Amino acid sequence: MATFHFDLVSPEKLAFTGEVDQVDIPGTEGDLGVMAGHAPMVAALRPGIMTITSGGSTQKIIVLGGLAEVSDKGLTVLADVATSLQDLDREAFASDIAAMEEKLAEKEGSALDRAIERLDHFKTIQQHVVSTAMH
Amino acid sequence: MASLKDMRVRIASTKATQKITKAMQMVAASKLRRAQTAAEAARPYAEKMDAVIASIAGATTAGSGPALLAGTGKDQVHLLLVCTGERGLSGAFNSSIVRLARERALALMNQGKTVKFFCVGRKGYEQLRRNFDKQIVGHLELRSVRQLGFINAEDIAKKVLELFNGGEFDVCTLFYSRFKSVIAQIPTAQQIIPLVVEAPAADAGPTPSYDYEPAEDEILDGLLPRNLAVQIFRALLENNASFYGAQMSSMDNATRNAGDMIRKQTLIYNRTRQAMITKELIEIISGAEAI
Repeated sequence: MATFHFDLVSPEKLAFTGEVDQVDIPGTEGDLGVMAGHAPMVAALRPGIMTITSGGSTQKIIVLGGLAEVSDKGLTVLADVATSLQDLDREAFASDIAAMEEKLAEKEGSALDRAIERLDHFKTIQQHVVSTAMH
Repeated sequence: MASLKDMRVRIASTKATQKITKAMQMVAASKLRRAQTAAEAARPYAEKMDAVIASIAGATTAGSGPALLAGTGKDQVHLLLVCTGERGLSGAFNSSIVRLARERALALMNQGKTVKFFCVGRKGYEQLRRNFDKQIVGHLELRSVRQLGFINAEDIAKKVLELFNGGEFDVCTLFYSRFKSVIAQIPTAQQIIPLVVEAPAADAGPTPSYDYEPAEDEILDGLLPRNLAVQIFRALLENNASFYGAQMSSMDNATRNAGDMIRKQTLIYNRTRQAMITKELIEIISGAEAI
């Protein structure tokens, strides 16, 4: 299977770099899978879980928004925050969600819509994290 | 002439000072290593961000687009965002950033522009307050921050964006010290609003035509405020590394100077001591001869 180069960078560090087979990215307009030879594109990310497949093994990384760029040089993901599923501090994550829920009351109009959307994304991640933790 | 005891006290105090500067140098060296790693770790993100913005901005028509990229169409009011350290004892580190900002401010004011300041870091605020007290629109201290995180930069970016959206300024320039090496830190001015996009290199070949999802404008809208935070974050990290570099080399100098001083003082001390002994001997001998 053809591989391509993939860089995952967050402001604080280079979180992943290497040759991979496939990367599934949570885009704002739906999930998308990137494989070798993908057409050049730029996509915004929503908070979600990114799956990296290389050599038969998969790795899941939580990204909280960002940007993905596919060019002939490979895929670059600029993630706002990138944490691997194992490293996620579940309690801190849950308290983040609680804090966001509290803030909802202060917002209105389109800001409220955006906050609800973001909260939904966070809850989806949490659900996923909890369900994988059980098995 | 100082008595022998006074001299001994002076030598002891210089030695104590030397120990302090030596310790500070060691601390700065170890912190420098961490700061340098952090600055280097942040570079790929900032560079990729630049590249992506440049390629998207190249695709949109010049002069249009969001205000963060195209500007307000004026350059009457300038905001100087001056990032300095929280502490001194670092040679000319803080002063050289402030000097660059001050020179720029005076040049702009001579052209009849309005200049406003936003200070990050205590030292810069203290120095700028002397000349430009009324023009400082805000200041922020990172004193209580132990480990610089992206969140600190986001805070600053948010404040700057509020000012920008409130029509408080047209052009924003960031001042910080770029970390070149331990002995060379270069005070740098970087315009961040409107963003200066470097033209893609001529030999890079035709830029691939990207598919955008969602549309370019929407991506740019989300990306530009973020890029502001990224640029500020990078500046803070570079500044931090520069600060410890400057502190390390200035403390190294101080330690060496203290060593020189101790040598000189010890020499004078020994000479004086010998002179006194000789004098006493002469007195004894001439006393004995008189009998």
